[in-house]
Amino acid sequence: MTGARLALLSCAGLAVLAVSVAVAVTIGPADITTSEVARSTLARLGYGESPLSVLREGIVWNLRMPRALLAAVCGAGLALCGAVMQSLLRNPLADPFVLGVSSGASTGAVVVIVLGWGAGAVSLSAGAFVGAVLSFGLVVLLSHTLGATMDRVVLSGVAAMQLFSALTSFIVLTSADAETTRGVLFWLLGSLAGAQWSDVVLCALVLAAVLAVCLAHTGTLDAFAFGEEAAAHLGVRVARARLLLLTATALLTAAMVSVAGAIGFVGLVLPHITRLLTGSGHARLLPVTALAGAVFLVWVDTAARTLLDPQEIPVGVVTSLIGVPAFIVVLYRVRRAS
Amino acid sequence: MNDRETAVAGRPAPPAPSPGGEGGLRAERVGRLAGGRLVVDGVTLAPRPGETVGLLGPNGSGKSTLLRLLSGVLAPSAGVVVLDGRPLGRTARRTVARRVAVVEQHANTSTDLRVRDVVALGRIPHRRPWTPVSAADGAAVAAALEATGLTGMADRSWHTLSGGERQRAQIARALAQEPGELLLDEPTNHLDIQYQLDLMELVVGLPVTTVIAMHDLNLAAMYCDRLLVLRGGRAVAEGTPREVLTPALIGEVYGVRAEVAQGPGHPVIRFLRQAPARPGGAR
Repeated sequence: MTGARLALLSCAGLAVLAVSVAVAVTIGPADITTSEVARSTLARLGYGESPLSVLREGIVWNLRMPRALLAAVCGAGLALCGAVMQSLLRNPLADPFVLGVSSGASTGAVVVIVLGWGAGAVSLSAGAFVGAVLSFGLVVLLSHTLGATMDRVVLSGVAAMQLFSALTSFIVLTSADAETTRGVLFWLLGSLAGAQWSDVVLCALVLAAVLAVCLAHTGTLDAFAFGEEAAAHLGVRVARARLLLLTATALLTAAMVSVAGAIGFVGLVLPHITRLLTGSGHARLLPVTALAGAVFLVWVDTAARTLLDPQEIPVGVVTSLIGVPAFIVVLYRVRRAS
Repeated sequence: MNDRETAVAGRPAPPAPSPGGEGGLRAERVGRLAGGRLVVDGVTLAPRPGETVGLLGPNGSGKSTLLRLLSGVLAPSAGVVVLDGRPLGRTARRTVARRVAVVEQHANTSTDLRVRDVVALGRIPHRRPWTPVSAADGAAVAAALEATGLTGMADRSWHTLSGGERQRAQIARALAQEPGELLLDEPTNHLDIQYQLDLMELVVGLPVTTVIAMHDLNLAAMYCDRLLVLRGGRAVAEGTPREVLTPALIGEVYGVRAEVAQGPGHPVIRFLRQAPARPGGAR
């Protein structure tokens, strides 16, 4: 695939994403049309008048828009994390949720809330980052001592996920002011309800930084195809590259978990689907998988909040319903290939 | 980032050997400890430009470790490996990768790659972040595919290749690195005899200095300019196949009896059944 085709694919992806967000914003109990959203957006940019009432303006700009954009940012981030982890760990089942990184981040965020350290999304993210790194470190250490085969890495991840999920539940359920903390379900399954503009900005900034780091290392990621020693032979400083890129994914996971909880399987599913379209070269794979993840999560979240209207399904339930069968398909294909 | 490394190391110098033999890749009395044991012990290896050096020795004699010391993925516990007069440990990995290419014994990937993608991996040390594939990259990949006879299979999936074709693809990848030195670790293992001969013909015809670890003494005798024989991590013989491959040395190193005939241009080894007087071989 040439650079021109990548540019075309990226532009098409961005267009699909913009349309998806615009349409997702119109879906819900209050009837709002896409043209009203478009004119309201133009009004915000200083062109013309918004056709919406103040209440409806509020629904679009304070509820639905930040939520759709947060879904897009988290979907992109999770898919990016999954693609990078799958390549670095040479494990097609790697994903921030499967490897327990998201659960560790949840625990870290909950600890920060309960201890009352700092305030707002940044301190929450910092706690989530510490939890994510601890959990990731535990998984890498455990699987390394066990022999680091694909199955053992995943089993270590499952162990870490269970441990940190239990810790999160315990802390949330026993904390004195459970009213002010978000519920257990939020942290274990993830939810985009209650998305705020500050959350969107924080996650978008972290996503942009991590995406830039990853795109600067696409050659390095390609070099890992035949293992770490082969990567070293191609001029990669393996220990440094692994530390940098895994830390970057842990940071991105932490930022997303601190605002949306542990949404599972997006990072597992999307890179595999994207590879069918782009091939395995990371210069193509990473931007396209991020766009695909964004579009995917916008629609999954729209379904999660409208399917059982007026009740809302946690978005992580829907991604798991899609992700677990995909997990089995990947597992089956790996078995057959080996 | 790799930018800094390259800025410091600069352009790789041409492999021009000075009168003192300073150029190229050399191991000087290198040793390597593993688990309290010296797996390589005071070995010196200085291939001359363009020649093919065979590393011989039984399993565990240190062939693979010596190759890994030469490629710089292992640091020597004693001695030094130098590339163009500069210790490998103080040379940027990217710079090393543009000069020294390695073909490992087994290459496995779970990634779905075409042959062309595998060969293009060899361009990674030449590329910079944020830049698209250059014409030079494309030309190097095409040349490497051509040299290894893989042009026709460039779009085949790696997973559909036979063992011999995979080794060829790895050699093509190594050539795409445009190296001065090529290190191969038992590349003919598990291949049918036809593929073994094809592969060796390919390797010795390449315009690079080659160090190749081997098991098969007859293949080594046929294709190598010079041999280095290891036992227990130490170099026990070095020289042309004719000088090195004697019944006495084969008995000493491998513990087997053999006859050596002087064939057309190279010695031919015929192994003999164990004599009843020496059960279990020498030593």
